[in-house]
Amino acid sequence: MADAEYILEVKHLCQTFESGRGRKKITVKAVDDVSFSIRPSETFGLVGESGCGKTTTGRTIIRLYDPASGQVFFNGREISGRMTGELRRYLTDNIAMIFQDPIESLNPRMTIEEIIGEGLRVRGVKDKQEIRRRVNEMLCKVGLTQEHATRYPHEFSGGQRQRIGIARAMITQPKLIIADEPVSALDVSIQAQVINLLNDLKEEMGLTVLFIAHNLSVVKYFSDRIGVMYFGKLVEVARGDDLYKKPLHPYTRSLLSAIPEPNPFTERSRRRIDYDPKTAHDYSRESPRMVEIEQEHFVYCSPSEEAAYQKQLGL
Amino acid sequence: MSFELRRGETLAIVGESGSGKSVSIKSIMGILPSNAVVESGSIEYDGMDLTKVSEEQFHKLRGHRIGLIFQDPLSALNPIMKIGKQITEVRRLSGYGKKEARARALELMEAVGIPDPEKRFDQYPFQFSGGMRQRIVIAIALAGDPEILICDEPTTALDVTVQARILELINRIKQERGLSVIFITHDLGVVANVADRVNMMYAGKIVETGTSEEIFLEPAHPYTWALLSSMPDLQTHERLVAIPGTPPNMIDPPKGDAFAARNRYAMKIDFEKEPPIFKLSDTHDAATWLLHPNAPAVEIPPILRERIERMKGEMGNRG
Repeated sequence: MADAEYILEVKHLCQTFESGRGRKKITVKAVDDVSFSIRPSETFGLVGESGCGKTTTGRTIIRLYDPASGQVFFNGREISGRMTGELRRYLTDNIAMIFQDPIESLNPRMTIEEIIGEGLRVRGVKDKQEIRRRVNEMLCKVGLTQEHATRYPHEFSGGQRQRIGIARAMITQPKLIIADEPVSALDVSIQAQVINLLNDLKEEMGLTVLFIAHNLSVVKYFSDRIGVMYFGKLVEVARGDDLYKKPLHPYTRSLLSAIPEPNPFTERSRRRIDYDPKTAHDYSRESPRMVEIEQEHFVYCSPSEEAAYQKQLGL
Repeated sequence: MSFELRRGETLAIVGESGSGKSVSIKSIMGILPSNAVVESGSIEYDGMDLTKVSEEQFHKLRGHRIGLIFQDPLSALNPIMKIGKQITEVRRLSGYGKKEARARALELMEAVGIPDPEKRFDQYPFQFSGGMRQRIVIAIALAGDPEILICDEPTTALDVTVQARILELINRIKQERGLSVIFITHDLGVVANVADRVNMMYAGKIVETGTSEEIFLEPAHPYTWALLSSMPDLQTHERLVAIPGTPPNMIDPPKGDAFAARNRYAMKIDFEKEPPIFKLSDTHDAATWLLHPNAPAVEIPPILRERIERMKGEMGNRG
């Protein structure tokens, strides 16, 4: 039985993909032994570069993929087991997803009312008036108007489409939202609008959010705690400020050192730190594991590295 | 719009999609789509007016004197041509022999940091990662020994750690070869990293121009303010100042100042008359009515003021 302190618990999650057949068959570990937990009303950010498995993690949690091994618990109930009709209902009742590309993820042949109301219809709301009322309510919440309800996705700008995607995810009043790169496809001036909207809705509805993105500045701004992923592994988990002020894992430091900031003075003296897993770690004698090095600060390291990190923090 | 590029400097052109930054570059390169017309004005390069140059003469400039790096390295490369051949193409066109061009290409691949150039020479674009492909595109752009390098969002499609390496590379080859660079981007962090001077573009016009320090420490145009305060940096906790609305549709451009409808500081005159350019210093201009002597004094957004103070503090610490 999982802890009641957490709304979502991911334990040793692995996800593999296969390609080829026969002797050419290769198995790719997209997500490799990832564990983390999210508290109710918390925002957990997952960052990493393309191909590190952050999207796969999100999609495996909501069961767009079946996990290869490991367990996921939602409110103490395992949601990674065999899929039944009842479990699917439980998932759709509680977890919703916002996708990166607002054009690809909206059906071009459905009106906005149909798109947003679909979640309600699937869950057995038959009263058309009721659906319309709730769709309109949701449209207002995300900053659109009732006139938009009868239009089609192509009539909207990128930022508006993302608002529609958010409305669709929120209408079933889920407890957990998985937001997969919700702003990275948008223009700079529109990104701030969508980030503010998500922040408002989060507060208003007491949502728990798993925020997946590659832009560390945005993730840090939006999240309470952050997990950094590298090649399928979670290498460091910490509160946003801790991660920024005292990054421990060499990959986190390399990532932080690569982010350009809008400040010409720091930029000119920027020193980038390279990360090469082959030279940065010596795991030939000791094997690494996840360690809580100080409160709420986890690092993936070997015992000798752990000692070095502790010294670094002055513990 | 008017701007000039000095020898050996990096000029950044900043704006959102649809602000006209790519179009202005395409007209410099003479690769505008056929429905585009340069209505008026001139583009002078080394005393030549590029708007009047014939297509034949342009062939000699494009790729040879002016190099171009595109945003998406995969669509800029020919997928069925070995990359070695793509890099040597320019050299071969200018009449060099096969051997010589090959030697030069290998040298360039080395310079842009492609490991094992001998082996990589005969590979196809799909065998390279995104960062490596962008290095190839840079090598191709450099193959003709250009004086000007135009970079159209060269790092937008790349991961941050790869982006940092490519920016370092561009800064380095600029130094080594004494290139002048025009850098198009919407990422102000990247601007701070590469630019000596900055042009802010909105709806087809340059709304503010200045040195990098002037733009980041003494921004004068409300659009610059808005853009600077709408993105969080690693130390932001306050609510972001979002720019309301969307950029105007240029098929039916608005009257007066194009930014007026989204501008929190807009005055009545902004909706009626386009603002002239006000000079703030020898290098710093901005087109906003707020700089008019009769305009009321306005406060810049607090989130931005704080950031500027912090920057000044950091600058002080460094001496």
